Amino acid sequence: MGKIIVLLFGSFLVYCTLDFPDWGDPGSPASTHVSPYYIEQTLEDTSVPNIVTAVLADYRGYDTMFETIVIFTAVAACFLLLRKIKSDEPETRMYRHIPTGTTFRIKKGGRYPRESVDFERIDLQWVPYGVVIKTTCRLIIPFIQIFALYVIAHGHHSPGGGFQGGVILGASVIVYAISSNLRSSLNRFGERIAVLLCTLGVFLYAATGGLCLLLGANYLDYSALAPIFGVDPVTARSHGILMVEIGVGMAVMAAMISLYYNLSSGGKFDEGL
Amino acid sequence: MPDLVVIITAKLNYWVYIVLMMVGLYAMIAKNNLVKKVVGMNILQTAIILFFISIGTKHNATIPIIQHAHGLETHAVQAVNYANPLPHVLMLTAIVVAVATLGVALALIIRLHRQYHTLEEDEILAQLEED
Repeated sequence: MGKIIVLLFGSFLVYCTLDFPDWGDPGSPASTHVSPYYIEQTLEDTSVPNIVTAVLADYRGYDTMFETIVIFTAVAACFLLLRKIKSDEPETRMYRHIPTGTTFRIKKGGRYPRESVDFERIDLQWVPYGVVIKTTCRLIIPFIQIFALYVIAHGHHSPGGGFQGGVILGASVIVYAISSNLRSSLNRFGERIAVLLCTLGVFLYAATGGLCLLLGANYLDYSALAPIFGVDPVTARSHGILMVEIGVGMAVMAAMISLYYNLSSGGKFDEGL
Repeated sequence: MPDLVVIITAKLNYWVYIVLMMVGLYAMIAKNNLVKKVVGMNILQTAIILFFISIGTKHNATIPIIQHAHGLETHAVQAVNYANPLPHVLMLTAIVVAVATLGVALALIIRLHRQYHTLEEDEILAQLEED
């Protein structure tokens, strides 16, 4: 049944493609109405060489703002679906005695003296314990993060921007969580910081628009920011785009990390990949 | 026969995306496992993203970044020399939203597995009818 539907629908779509514009046709409907204006006017309007960035954060700023809010909503939905604030029953736990290297399994309800520093908690099912993996990740994570910041900051002149750089930044923290374990990653980059940064990113975007409103222009009309930056209105638009991109980058980074924490630990924030 | 070759070279990209989209659609409607359905949804999203990006291409056009482009010193910026930036913008946001929807879908699957201890759709439906 499914195969018949798929075959019928697919052949119908293939028949429809005969009316589609050819590959690489410069006169196709998608390339004739509004996009020539973007290509020819972007440098004069916003002084941003990368047209994609200018369209993303300036001409279609509302679209991107609500896109960021969609990501924030996804983080909130994931949190509300999965997060367990209090564990229902005591669980079996594994500890390693550091001086001797012995592993202990503690039955349900049992616990260790908290003040002892000789024991470290390890995961029940999957123990990431590899010198090569840990050392490699420790070496490459700073470079991943620097590259991510470059992608965000250089989004005006080269392919890049808040979304891409934010995802790379988030990936660096996720690499750390995979190579060591979830608890040490939570110590470095906590759950609260993740959610706070996600909110702050969305707020920075909306506040940039609100600032334009306070200075007497339309919402997200960055040319009103010229007195603050001390530049002409056209350059102010590119500065406004940079502010917005930083907000997007923060929100996306925190969203990726928060989604990973929630999904990998099943909402317990205790053990995970 | 030359006509056929012209048609094939002009439309081949759409046919590849349609095949990809049908793979995703088949996984969504025919598979029983919820994770496979989610994978099918992602394949379908990828097909649509590729479709939009291929709409933005132009023959002999460069990337839509104006500085350091060819012929900028002698000619004014002409739309025909740059790829269409609009599909790129739309798909840039669509990719990130696809990741967000994937996260929510996986969270829902984890909740379902906690409740019903299975990810097969028919077994979940059978358990729902028992209640």
